[in-house]
Amino acid sequence: MSIARPRPLLIAGKYAALLGYLTFALFPLYWLLKIAITPDQLIFTEGTQLWPSSLTFDNFRTVLFQTDFLAYFGNSLYVSLGTAAATTLIAAGAGYAFSRFDFGGKKIIIAVMLITQMFPLLMIIAPIYKIVASFGMLNSLTSLIVVYTAFNIPFATFLMQSFFDGIPKDLEEAAMMDGCSRFQALRKVIFPLTLPGLGATLGFVFTAAWSELLFALMLISKNEAMTFPMGLLTFVSKFSVDWGQMMAAGVLALIPSCLFFIFIQRYLVQGLTSGAVKG
Amino acid sequence: MARIELRNVVKRYGAVEVLRDINLDVEDGEFIVLVGPSGCGKSTLLRMIAGLEPITAGDFMIDDIRMNDVRPRDRDIAMVFQSYALYPHMDVARNMGFSMEIRKDPATERASRVKQAADTLGLTALTERLPKALSGGQRQRVAMGRAIIRDPRAFLFDEPLSNLDAALRVEMRLEIARLHQKLGATMIYVTHDQVEALTLADRIVVLNGGDIQQVGSPLDLYERPANKFVAQFIGSPTMNLVPIKGRPEGVTLADGALLKLPHLPDSPDAIELGIRPEHIEVTDQGDLSGIADVVEHLGSDTNIYLNVEKLGPLMVRKHGNIPIRPGERVGLRIQPENVHLFAPDGSALRRASPNMAA
Ligand SMILES: Nc1ncnc2c1ncn2[C@@H]1O[C@H](COP(=O)(O)OP(=O)(O)OP(=O)(O)O)[C@@H](O)[C@H]1O
Ligand SMILES: [Mg+2]
Repeated sequence: MSIARPRPLLIAGKYAALLGYLTFALFPLYWLLKIAITPDQLIFTEGTQLWPSSLTFDNFRTVLFQTDFLAYFGNSLYVSLGTAAATTLIAAGAGYAFSRFDFGGKKIIIAVMLITQMFPLLMIIAPIYKIVASFGMLNSLTSLIVVYTAFNIPFATFLMQSFFDGIPKDLEEAAMMDGCSRFQALRKVIFPLTLPGLGATLGFVFTAAWSELLFALMLISKNEAMTFPMGLLTFVSKFSVDWGQMMAAGVLALIPSCLFFIFIQRYLVQGLTSGAVKG
Repeated sequence: MARIELRNVVKRYGAVEVLRDINLDVEDGEFIVLVGPSGCGKSTLLRMIAGLEPITAGDFMIDDIRMNDVRPRDRDIAMVFQSYALYPHMDVARNMGFSMEIRKDPATERASRVKQAADTLGLTALTERLPKALSGGQRQRVAMGRAIIRDPRAFLFDEPLSNLDAALRVEMRLEIARLHQKLGATMIYVTHDQVEALTLADRIVVLNGGDIQQVGSPLDLYERPANKFVAQFIGSPTMNLVPIKGRPEGVTLADGALLKLPHLPDSPDAIELGIRPEHIEVTDQGDLSGIADVVEHLGSDTNIYLNVEKLGPLMVRKHGNIPIRPGERVGLRIQPENVHLFAPDGSALRRASPNMAA
């Protein structure tokens, strides 16, 4: 007869586990920040010390004002936002169709989309280069958006489809009985309920595009069209790596991702459809 | 207000024929209840009337205008879904007023209609809540409110009460009956529940395996089932079936006893006799006797499950509390005026006079 009595040991254990996980996950980020604010001359001498003996913001200053970092940053933002918007739009449409309609070739399309996800990107990088080059689109950010969008669509579509699947069909039908056209039902009932799905997809695609390096290296060679991950590589010179500046740039690069997730997190809350049906 | 007509309506999913040759006239203001076992096509039929499911063949007409290909929004029919299908992101008032919002009715009129409907359904205090903050019964009432606010030509209900507990179901059943009296609108109602069907319906449509088995008033179906399926489906507890041999002026039971049936025409080809549990009397001067197996005391009634030699199990329901214990021998009399006879194909042999049973 021991029910619902709080067990201090169990609770402590739970928090210890949580803490352990958080430390493990966040430690690299902490190290990133730590090195970014360590003066250059201390980086190697104080190697593994948890907190440097003196702090500096020189690295940030240098990165912001003496390198092309801001330009890379802008390029990345443009590419990532463009990719996220284009992918989510297409994936939402495709996901809705997969979820709600039965049409000829549906199974085949799904199979083909799965197959595109099976190959390592390295294998198709050469053909993609040839294609982009033949369109004369090398060194253009648009080509990156197109390629990223193409590669993100399958997964994003499956993600959106699962969100649409989670919305009872009854809701749409009820809306149609209430006088909506299919499009009105989509806009007034389905769309507001899909916001978490749209948020998750936007976030996922944005992050993927933000940190993509392989295609960017292949398709972009001019400095003014470089994205931020490529920019990071410029801190690696033949003879040395400028760790401090590289980490400072890395910290700055986290900012848009964080802002983006803070912005969409309120749409990520689960249970938006609760109450639609008898639960 | 609407007269709904189905003429030779067929529904197929690919090669699967779900509904065959459905013919039904629903009068203006009539309350029709569709019943039948699970998977017999009740929901499909309702959804075809709503316009949510295409009609494969046949004609569907409202007030003599063919509506087969008219979109749901243009049919002016309201539907209450089994799942309620409330819009989770809208509060109760907006849920109920949604159809008027779509029709772009003036906001003041919408507000007053919502208020009126909320008052009728006892939802006044809840109009600002989201569906997730409502109980099952309250959600059900919001779903009803959403339907009545539009003043549609007809209402469709797909098992609207099946998610509610027994007490609430009785309450909402009365609510629906009141609503029908008040609005006088045509209503088509799908249910599994016998009591709902028998109490609400002007006429009941019994479906089985994609065919209409019988259409008639609740009393019709109870007293004059067209076949064995309807006989066993309508009425609770289920009708007893006993194998017999037909002969002039009556039938012989398996134990050799002769049962005279002056009310029924001679039916030499009858092979089964149906008798409802409430139409078997417990008496010492009966034509049969059996051993009580299980006795259920329900207070108002007593259910006695008996084993009769050579005939098999029988169930008897008696009004009041009958002091019988399991294992006792009980004398029985089958009320001849309430006997149903069935031919080998399951169809009922018609009574000579239509107004028998008690
Ligand atoms: N999309 C579909 N494709 C093929 N068959 C279907 C489809 N939808 C329904 N059916 C079949 O149609 C038949 C009737 O279904 P329906 O939902 O109308 O049954 P129901 O009488 O409402 O049953 P219940 O009482 O369980 O709700 C079922 O046998 C079902 O398997
Ligand atoms: Mg159904």
